[in-house]
Amino acid sequence: MSAPDIVLSIDHLVAGYVRDLPILRNVSLRLSEASVVVIIGPNGAGKSTLIKAVAGLVPVSDGAISLRGRDIGGIRSDQLARLGISYVPQTDNIFRTLTVRQNLLLVLRRSASGDKRLHELYTMFPPLAEKQRDSAGSLSGGQRQMLAIAMALATEPSVILMDEPSAGLSPKAASEVLTLARGLTERGVSILLVEQNVKQALAIADHCYILAEGRNQLDGPSEQLLSDPVVGEIYLGGKRMDPT
Amino acid sequence: MIGVLSYLVFFLSVAAILAVAVLGLDLHWGNTGLFNGGVAAFFGMGAYVTILLGGSPQPGQFGGFGLIYPTALLGGILASGVLAWIVGVATLRLRHDYLAIATFGVAVAFETLARNAEWLTGGAKGLRGFERPLEATIGNPFLFNVCFLVFVVAVLAIVYVGLRRLIRSPYGRLLRAIREDETAAQALGKSPARIRLASFITGAMIIGTSGGLYVTFYAYVSPQDVSPILTFQIWAMLIVGGAGNNKGAVLGAFVVWAAWTASGWALARFAPVEMQLYTGTIQYILIGLVIVAMLLLRPQGLLPEKLLISQTGSGGTRQPAS
Amino acid sequence: MIQGLLDGLLVGSIVSLGAIGLTMVMHMLRFANFSHSELLSIGAYGALVFDRIFAALVPVAASSVGPLSLTWALFLAMIVAMALTGLSAIVIDKLVFKRIRETAGPLSMVFASFGVALIIRNVLALIFGLKPQLYSGDIAFAVTISTDPSLLVKPDQVFVFCAAVIIMLALHFVLSRTTFGYALRAVAENPALAQVAGVRLSTVIAMTWIIGGALAGAAGVFQALDNQVSPMIGSDFVLALFAAAIVGGIGSVYGAVLGGFVVGIASSLALVVLPPGYSPAMPFLIILAILFIRPNGIFGVER
Repeated sequence: MSAPDIVLSIDHLVAGYVRDLPILRNVSLRLSEASVVVIIGPNGAGKSTLIKAVAGLVPVSDGAISLRGRDIGGIRSDQLARLGISYVPQTDNIFRTLTVRQNLLLVLRRSASGDKRLHELYTMFPPLAEKQRDSAGSLSGGQRQMLAIAMALATEPSVILMDEPSAGLSPKAASEVLTLARGLTERGVSILLVEQNVKQALAIADHCYILAEGRNQLDGPSEQLLSDPVVGEIYLGGKRMDPT
Repeated sequence: MIGVLSYLVFFLSVAAILAVAVLGLDLHWGNTGLFNGGVAAFFGMGAYVTILLGGSPQPGQFGGFGLIYPTALLGGILASGVLAWIVGVATLRLRHDYLAIATFGVAVAFETLARNAEWLTGGAKGLRGFERPLEATIGNPFLFNVCFLVFVVAVLAIVYVGLRRLIRSPYGRLLRAIREDETAAQALGKSPARIRLASFITGAMIIGTSGGLYVTFYAYVSPQDVSPILTFQIWAMLIVGGAGNNKGAVLGAFVVWAAWTASGWALARFAPVEMQLYTGTIQYILIGLVIVAMLLLRPQGLLPEKLLISQTGSGGTRQPAS
Repeated sequence: MIQGLLDGLLVGSIVSLGAIGLTMVMHMLRFANFSHSELLSIGAYGALVFDRIFAALVPVAASSVGPLSLTWALFLAMIVAMALTGLSAIVIDKLVFKRIRETAGPLSMVFASFGVALIIRNVLALIFGLKPQLYSGDIAFAVTISTDPSLLVKPDQVFVFCAAVIIMLALHFVLSRTTFGYALRAVAENPALAQVAGVRLSTVIAMTWIIGGALAGAAGVFQALDNQVSPMIGSDFVLALFAAAIVGGIGSVYGAVLGGFVVGIASSLALVVLPPGYSPAMPFLIILAILFIRPNGIFGVER
């Protein structure tokens, strides 16, 4: 069995909003094809910043980010779609003043088969079809998150970056979102996500990185981390988790 | 010889009067980060109220209370302060460019009022009838002008020293802290809104002083004197000289006023007859170009603000500004 | 009083067109552009120039369109002037504002806009003369549409109002039914997210200047058609445009339209009570009132 290809490589990344005050001090990470990698860690560790740096929203001062061997460090965010990357921010991830339909059509602007893809998305997410002419701001929290994910999927990306997709959702909705993410890997999509909901995230992830203070602390296959007592103590509430 | 000297005294007097206004604007912009788009209104308030209080009675005209000079001038200064208080309370808590718009609007409103309320302001004719202090006593016009120049320079010096004290004081540091980072200043328990208002009023009163001196000098004021071009001239002086730097402010005043009068003279002298009507137009273009060019090429001005660096612990400051 | 209302609608339509571009730029680039109103003057004089050119090239185009004093040449000239003004707006941004916002704060751009306004206004005066001009030598007679109360309307005014409304409806169509319009609105709401959604900011900024400029150019031609072509059009309108944008809520195109009519009608009705000399101060009073009552404007959002 050949090792899966590495889709996204992050090497010794130093990044932050202010040049002399880096939030990420030296972070490295690998995302394999068609896998789910989750990033966990305490508040202020730089998890969101890492995702934003890949998305071109935070300036990078040192280190490299490569997509299938191609350097994408410091790209402009509007070029993401062309590279096959989608980013779902944690908050403010949809346009409230536009309707559901307008939100999706906006993302599909550059697509050749926009209408077809729109219908495919409506089939994937029936509640969005129902509310297509409503303003996105009038949707419930879960529906807004669904729209945000639909927008990310619209461009048929090969890599999706998600920042705490389960935030603010009921446990059931959170589980649905994370299961959806897992399901996407069966279509060859690679997912890099940041999560605070560690147990649910580790359940669907292949690999996990723990970040603290802008640096790597620990990483490994999720079953391994689930059964690691140190990790268990710090991040999983001190109990040894059964990996099933 | 007396002619040249006389002209020099005249030139220096006006430049010094305007320099006072530039210092007031420097307090607003250079030190507190406030955009005052209506310098002319505060200047005008000082000028009009001074002549209304101190002038001799004119037929059919409000004012002419004939108060003694210091009282009249003080009245003008206070009136500017009151105007600033009203405008400041309404706008200082809003986004910064709202202050620009609101102050610009105040200046337009002031000019409109000055032009139309004839019973109060003399309308387009303006206000006359101001006996300049000690003019009769001194007698000789040239000597009077020299004494007046000395007086104006004294006022300029007082304002200059006063501002320098203020800027070096803890209050001054607070102003700059608020200018740079309001949230941090707020965390220190100071009320930025009130401090900015105080700074706005003080600066406006300084500008009002300039207006009062102006009307004293000319013994006449009209709506022409409070048009937006005055605001642009004072701004150009500050931008050229260097905001946040009192020396720069004064330097800018003299430099720009020299350039203004020189260009006016050159145009009147060398421009063809048909163009004489457009000397003002050309001067306005020049001022616009100066403002834009300075902002593009040397935004810090001729004399940039020297950074005040406080040393932690010892509380001392190195190389104060101005 | 109703005459005041009618006049107000007319002035309001012109102010609305001018305020749309201003509110978009104020929101997107976070600076109060004091030179925006000068775009009205550029539009007015641009149309004057092209009107004379077209009339000279194609004499038959110099004939009036129906009962209007507007000629076919002028109509065409207006369209060219709109494009010219849109282009001027983006050139000014590239030459002056863009460089300043890259190196200094938004307030420096406000200053610079004062300087730019002075330059544009006085260059126009230098080139075309200080004396106001008219598009057409014909006297435009007002039509009495009612005798009690006495209501007079010039055909040109009806044209201006209708044309302004049509332009605004066209813009509404773009904003509500085209993905380009969605992109504009997306950038207005959340520029970072818009980029992530694939929208190129520099393109949207450029288009905002062009569209805002073109609308302002049209407003200038309309104003000049109803009154006269003068270098002072820009300074006459500067406060009114700001008032409209503030009343409507900075960043809201529909707010600017509503605000424009509020300012136009309020100013016209005020003339019924106040002497005409005071009209320049009306927009200021409106600004003061709205800042006290509802600083964010009707459709404004706290940023």
